[in-house]
Amino acid sequence: MKGWQISYRFLRVWERNLMVYRRTWAMSFLPPLLEPILYLAAFGAGLSVLIGTIEFRGRTVSYASFIAPALLAINMMYNSFFENTYGSFVRMYYQKTFDAMLATPLSLEEVITGEMVWGATKSLIATVLMQAVVSLFGLIHYPEGLLILPLSLLGGIAFASLGMVFTAEISHIEMFNLPIFLLISPMFLFGGTFFPLEALPPWAAKIAWAFPLTHLVELTRWCALGSLDSGLIWNLLYMVAFSCLFFPLAIWRMRGRLIK
Amino acid sequence: MMGKEREAVVEAFHLRKTFGDLVAVEDVSFCVMKGECFGLLGPNGAGKTSTIRMLYGFSPLGGGTLRVFGMDIEEHWRSIRAKIGVCQQENSLDPDLSVEENLQVFARYFDIPLSEAKRRARELLRFVGLEGKREAKVSQLSGGMMRRLVLARSLVNSPELLILDEPTTGLDPQSRHQVWERLEALKLQGISIILTTHYMEEASRLCDRILIMDHGRVLAEGTPSDLIREHVGKEVLEVGNPPERFKALIREKGLEYEDLGHRLIVYTDSAQKVFETLGKHLGEGSCLLRMATLEDVFLKLTGRELRE
Repeated sequence: MKGWQISYRFLRVWERNLMVYRRTWAMSFLPPLLEPILYLAAFGAGLSVLIGTIEFRGRTVSYASFIAPALLAINMMYNSFFENTYGSFVRMYYQKTFDAMLATPLSLEEVITGEMVWGATKSLIATVLMQAVVSLFGLIHYPEGLLILPLSLLGGIAFASLGMVFTAEISHIEMFNLPIFLLISPMFLFGGTFFPLEALPPWAAKIAWAFPLTHLVELTRWCALGSLDSGLIWNLLYMVAFSCLFFPLAIWRMRGRLIK
Repeated sequence: MMGKEREAVVEAFHLRKTFGDLVAVEDVSFCVMKGECFGLLGPNGAGKTSTIRMLYGFSPLGGGTLRVFGMDIEEHWRSIRAKIGVCQQENSLDPDLSVEENLQVFARYFDIPLSEAKRRARELLRFVGLEGKREAKVSQLSGGMMRRLVLARSLVNSPELLILDEPTTGLDPQSRHQVWERLEALKLQGISIILTTHYMEEASRLCDRILIMDHGRVLAEGTPSDLIREHVGKEVLEVGNPPERFKALIREKGLEYEDLGHRLIVYTDSAQKVFETLGKHLGEGSCLLRMATLEDVFLKLTGRELRE
């Protein structure tokens, strides 16, 4: 048990979650299919009448094609973050699933890695579904839009890790309200999602750039608009660095919580 | 019972485990031989579960050395766990999965191929008499069925050592006997078993050797019959509302006894003889002659005060 022990066996944990998912897939399939339609109807159709097109970094884009990629990025965040907060917490705390796994040749590192990779997988599945719907409205530019799929895994890992850190720290399931209220909701509203960051006062825009969703929205948006430039490398680096920091942090904190 | 040439499955020396200031296991040493059923007895908080958790590499050792199948647990935990089956105290069945899927998924944790996992799941469900519940959800099972499913799950990797933490706590007598029968069948197959329990009847019936512990230390170790003979003798005379005169006579005779106030418990090799000589002084007191049991040993060694 010395040092970190991660092998391919984390896939067994992933497999377990997939098996459960396949039992309830109908329920998990619906939200990513229906949500964008609702949002596009409300914001796209409704607000488009008022807004029409917007000026965004020297380009004129329809409001619908401005928010569609943001909806995809938010979808990535929600699916992975909620899977590894509420989902993982229920498995760890109420169902004792991790305890059972730790009586088998699985290491703690593999259990937590399997959980987070599953969170990222849910982000990918939800993105595939939602992107299919959004594409029907002609809001995604291809082939660049295909890059959104690997991006959903990266974003998934980032938010899965962030969620798992909270799961390791909280003592009661209701305490998840705190990071949701203080972190997830502000990102949802101010992460360059429904209006360009340029509309914010400069100090607020600076804060917004500190959050991972802002970078994920930025990357998704330019993929969807089909216009990639070298500046995006910084957003990509941010997401990779964020994951490289929070992924091991989540495992380390979980170790502290579970190994006694 | 245990010849010197027999192979040790577990060799634990001076195990220690602390949680902050709390010393859960202070100094526990024991060996479990191949094919043996070894019982770990003790009141709540004695350190049984903490000891057990170290055995399957769930908790790191706080001190001492531990070898399982001749391998060091810190170094070879993965190979050791591959050959161990564990029934944890708390129900950790997967409520998101069906009865059969519970076994299949668990087999996959051991890297058993899916087709083999399916085959074993069927076979084990038959063994624990749950083949009719294959498709059921775990929440639809009774307490006894859940325990049998946990037992089946712990056998999915064909373990050489089975670790059971209170396998029958909270079960009705019928379900308890069901579990016992399965465990006896497993013993016959040569599987080594370590179990903790609060039921002395269970320990007497299943265990070849027993270790009684309290406050993280070993109080006594031996076969059930040796423990009884050593610590309480063959028989017990229980006297309700004993008159003072009777108590004085017992003291005079130098007999071993416990005075619980309204109840006097006399440990002896022949309760019959004590009764014949002293019976006339019983007065209003009631009297019960019985064989000494493991429960007498347990209460004598760990005391009668409530725990927790």
